Amino acid sequence: MQTQELIPHLFRTEYSKIISVLCRRFGFDQMETAEDIASDTFLTAAQAWSYKGIPSNPTAWLYNVAKNKAKNHLQRNTIFESKVSPEIKTDDAYEQDIDLSPKNITDSQLQMMFAICHPAIQPEAQIGLSLRILCGFGIDEVAEAFLASKETINKRLFRAKEKIRNENIKIEMPNLAEMDNRLENVLTTIYLLFSEGYYSVSQNQVLRKDLCFEAMRLCHMLIENESTNKPPVNALLSLMYFHASRFEARTDQNGGLILYDDQDTNLWNQDLVAKGAWYLNQATTGNRLSKYHLEASIAYWHTQKTDTKEKWENILQLYNRLLQIAYSPVAALNRTFALAKANSPEEAIIEAEKLQLTGNQFYYTLLGELYTGIDYEQAKSNFEKALTLIKTPADTAIIQSKIDRLTQMR
Amino acid sequence: MDEFVLIFRHEDGNKVASPEQIQIWMKQTMDWIGGIAAQNKFVSGTGLPFADAKIVGHGGVVTNGPFGEIKETIGGFITVKADSVEEAVEFAKGCPVLQGPGNTVEVRKIAKNDGVH
Repeated sequence: MQTQELIPHLFRTEYSKIISVLCRRFGFDQMETAEDIASDTFLTAAQAWSYKGIPSNPTAWLYNVAKNKAKNHLQRNTIFESKVSPEIKTDDAYEQDIDLSPKNITDSQLQMMFAICHPAIQPEAQIGLSLRILCGFGIDEVAEAFLASKETINKRLFRAKEKIRNENIKIEMPNLAEMDNRLENVLTTIYLLFSEGYYSVSQNQVLRKDLCFEAMRLCHMLIENESTNKPPVNALLSLMYFHASRFEARTDQNGGLILYDDQDTNLWNQDLVAKGAWYLNQATTGNRLSKYHLEASIAYWHTQKTDTKEKWENILQLYNRLLQIAYSPVAALNRTFALAKANSPEEAIIEAEKLQLTGNQFYYTLLGELYTGIDYEQAKSNFEKALTLIKTPADTAIIQSKIDRLTQMR
Repeated sequence: MDEFVLIFRHEDGNKVASPEQIQIWMKQTMDWIGGIAAQNKFVSGTGLPFADAKIVGHGGVVTNGPFGEIKETIGGFITVKADSVEEAVEFAKGCPVLQGPGNTVEVRKIAKNDGVH
């Protein structure tokens, strides 16, 4: 690998490790210092490697440089402090080594994950910070993922870091009593991170896929750690594998969305399906049924290519239970679609009209679908209502093709 | 928005129907509850198995529930959110329990913790 390819690659994998270790060592209030040292390390690498060549072990080289920079920083700080307040005993801090062992890296990253997912921080900022600090994304990449300007993202991250300082959030694992609650927050953030990639309107396919895989990597870290390897974590990872298995099939060459029914099932990745099934199996211990268990089971049925009554009956019953513990408009609409498949479109129409999600384009799309083949006028008028609410050209194209099909069927 | 409890009164299904029939009722009940949950109006609920039911009377006298003879036994309940008792009644009308003649769903508003009730 050439320097210009290797550095971005290492940046993605190593930047977050260095930051996590340094932050934990210095304290969260010195996050900027940790970021400066980490960035500086990569700058030094870019300069040195371009004329000296790439060292035999680039990662170890980076860790060494980061360590020295960190030690210099601590030393300067200690000298400063000892001059300002001489009565303070010389801290042995700078004597201590900066520990970049695999175990300490993993511990630091896990603790960082819990710190970032603290309930005091806004969900959007949590995702931004996760991307920047846990996944090593550049500011411009975070900005593109959110379709926001760099300034907006910088401001958002700055405010989040300020919040961390003001709330005095510690970089540590929550205690046992608090673990389940805090873990819930971490899982929510990981799932949002995944959804950001999976459902994002950004046209950058590579970036979107990266977001999904980073979310899965973070979830893997939780599973590899004994105290966080809980059933809901396995269920969430399973869910993400099942979704990811359709990644290639759900968009066309131009990035347009291909709906489930129209996907080329040969593009569904059976390897990822199998991994999803494995983690779903791992999730079946314990006695708490989380929403991730239900969503993963629903996703499992969607990986089955057959279009049987049994499949849809199972999906319907899972949605019935999911809605009881975690309502969302998307689940309500999907449940009604499953009802049409398992029971009848006529019954589903009655149920759909009770939902009254009149600000939601998918509500009218669903009604349009359900009325198709039953009532031409109703189908057409619902699709047209959906068109007025649509935000992207890709969605407009999908609805327009449904209206065209409707007219041909007549 | 108020909360209402819908109380089902019916015979012990195991005494009057086949396991297959009971499975059909079970699905209908799940679909009915799912429909309420899809409107974000479901709060909680549970079935109440007839087995092992006891009645504790005056003076601590314990008897087995005489459910076999009684048609209107409480078989379960759910709590829903509704703007009015009329809306709660509309939910109740969909309850599959009502397919059995003599069965009822009782709709009762839940007292708010406002010091009045």
